[in-house]
Amino acid sequence: MRAAVRFAAWVYAIAVYGFIFLPVVVLVLFSLQATSFPIPPFTGPSLRWYQAVLSDARLTSALVNSLLVAVLSSLASVTLGFLSAWGFARFVLPGSAILRGLITLPLTVSYLIIGMGLLVLFNWAGVPKSLLAAGIGHVVINLPLCFAIIYSQMGDHQINIERAARDLGAAEWKVLLMITVPVMAPAIFAGFFLSMTFSWDEFVISFLLTRFETTLPVEIWNLLRSGLNPKTNAVGSLVFAVSIVLVVFFELTLLRRKPA
Amino acid sequence: MSAPLVDIRNVSHRFGQLPVLKNVSLAIEPGSYTILLGPSGSGKTTLLSILGGFVTPSEGKVFIRGADCTAVPPAKRPTTTVFQDYALFPHMSVGGNVGFGLRMQGVDGAARAAKAREALALVGLAAAFDKKPHQLSGGQRQRVALARALVVEPAVLLLDEPLGALDLKLRRQMQDELKAIQKRVGTAFIHVTHDQEEAMALADHCVVMNDGRIEDEGPPERVYARPATRFSATFMGESTILAGTVTEAGNGTVTVSTAVGPISLPGAPPAGAPVALAIRPEHLVLGEVKSDVALGTAKVGDVVFQGSFKRVLATSMQDPALQFIAKAPASATVQAGDTIPVSCNAQDIILLAD
Repeated sequence: MRAAVRFAAWVYAIAVYGFIFLPVVVLVLFSLQATSFPIPPFTGPSLRWYQAVLSDARLTSALVNSLLVAVLSSLASVTLGFLSAWGFARFVLPGSAILRGLITLPLTVSYLIIGMGLLVLFNWAGVPKSLLAAGIGHVVINLPLCFAIIYSQMGDHQINIERAARDLGAAEWKVLLMITVPVMAPAIFAGFFLSMTFSWDEFVISFLLTRFETTLPVEIWNLLRSGLNPKTNAVGSLVFAVSIVLVVFFELTLLRRKPA
Repeated sequence: MSAPLVDIRNVSHRFGQLPVLKNVSLAIEPGSYTILLGPSGSGKTTLLSILGGFVTPSEGKVFIRGADCTAVPPAKRPTTTVFQDYALFPHMSVGGNVGFGLRMQGVDGAARAAKAREALALVGLAAAFDKKPHQLSGGQRQRVALARALVVEPAVLLLDEPLGALDLKLRRQMQDELKAIQKRVGTAFIHVTHDQEEAMALADHCVVMNDGRIEDEGPPERVYARPATRFSATFMGESTILAGTVTEAGNGTVTVSTAVGPISLPGAPPAGAPVALAIRPEHLVLGEVKSDVALGTAKVGDVVFQGSFKRVLATSMQDPALQFIAKAPASATVQAGDTIPVSCNAQDIILLAD
């Protein structure tokens, strides 16, 4: 009886993890296919499709675009998120709780709604569809995230540290740059890497707000319209690999416990 | 030395509706060690924050070296603070911490390091220059905070309960070192504490605060021997307090009627004035009356052996509300439950307006 329960538990666990990871495994596996169709039987391993991806100018420029948008929008998100978190943590503001709620609200709104809203707004304001527009969209979705992460780590115990710096003659911007930012570095890096992750494989907003130059997820979607082939698998695997790296950085920076 | 180093004039402060300082005036002399002593909520920490520039008082002015500093931000005033939680910069080395103030003044790296090492040597931590704050013990962090605040040569060093987080033995040891360092550097120290032993051991000038006011100030010996108010008689050391009314006054002597009978002592209040008589534990004599003022008899409630003496708590037989706190020699044979006569000398009684 006990053995049967154990057996069932194992089957259940394998089924759950299989359900979650099988699509990714299949994607990665058939990106190594040697022949032209990503269907069984497996004929690889071969790196020919990765070579095809990297020699495709459209895909590589989309990859560079994606990296650029991810890095710049994350820098903007983390800077603005940090400054707003610092403001809320250090100053008594009227309606502080409501304002904090408002700043994190975009986390609960679907990307489609945010993308449509920005599309209408940019259209009205005369901002053309571009990577910049998509980057601004990514700041809209990632700023609340950076704010929430940094604000949660900004405790009262840092107040006296900042006071000590001021007391020793530091101007306010020096207090921020030399004391607050280094002390908050783990949360700031965590916010940055998580923003990078979300910006890197964000599709809807980029799709709505870019036209000629576009990001990698949009380019993959273009590629998929002409049907599945191992090249789409290869570029998908690359996107996945970069996401994994970013998530690992995020985990390392946020979860690393400093000795007290 | 005509003008005081720090001159606090008629300072009042409110947090919202709550008054925390009520018209406080205080002068600090150069090179002095001043203790602000009081229970929590007495306003002593607020007064220190006002001196450090972290709080701007609702009313009144603060002059440092003759300049009006009332609204000058902390970065621009000649004070530095040693915070209760030390507030060391966790991401910098000990040397970086101590050199921070000099760095803000634009002192170059080599001169900074030399001065930081000198300051660390002063507090006995020369070897810790390259360590990180988390590698140090509480007492060592305390010293780093002290070195960091002293290295910029402030006019006044402010210490906010600096020994509060240390265990008793370390606290007494750091107390002696603080005093020695203060004498060596000659900077005026203003130190906030609620520990009256710390106050007596360190202060040149002791300021007793209660409920937003200065109750008493002066050399600790004077504050202890002749406290100005009832609060200061009970907070700075213990006292037995006898309430009474003046019945006769004249020729510098008064007679006070109390629950244990009339007591004559030197004093000036007019007849009819309500007064309180405070007697220090070491001045109460237990047993056969040999001194000049009899205080009736008392039933001993508790005897606590304290090493060099015994602390005796006794309740008056004449007035059960009257508690005697006495210090008996370690060899005394007094025991809980004994009924004994209590007396003292008239010159040891402290006459307080009630």
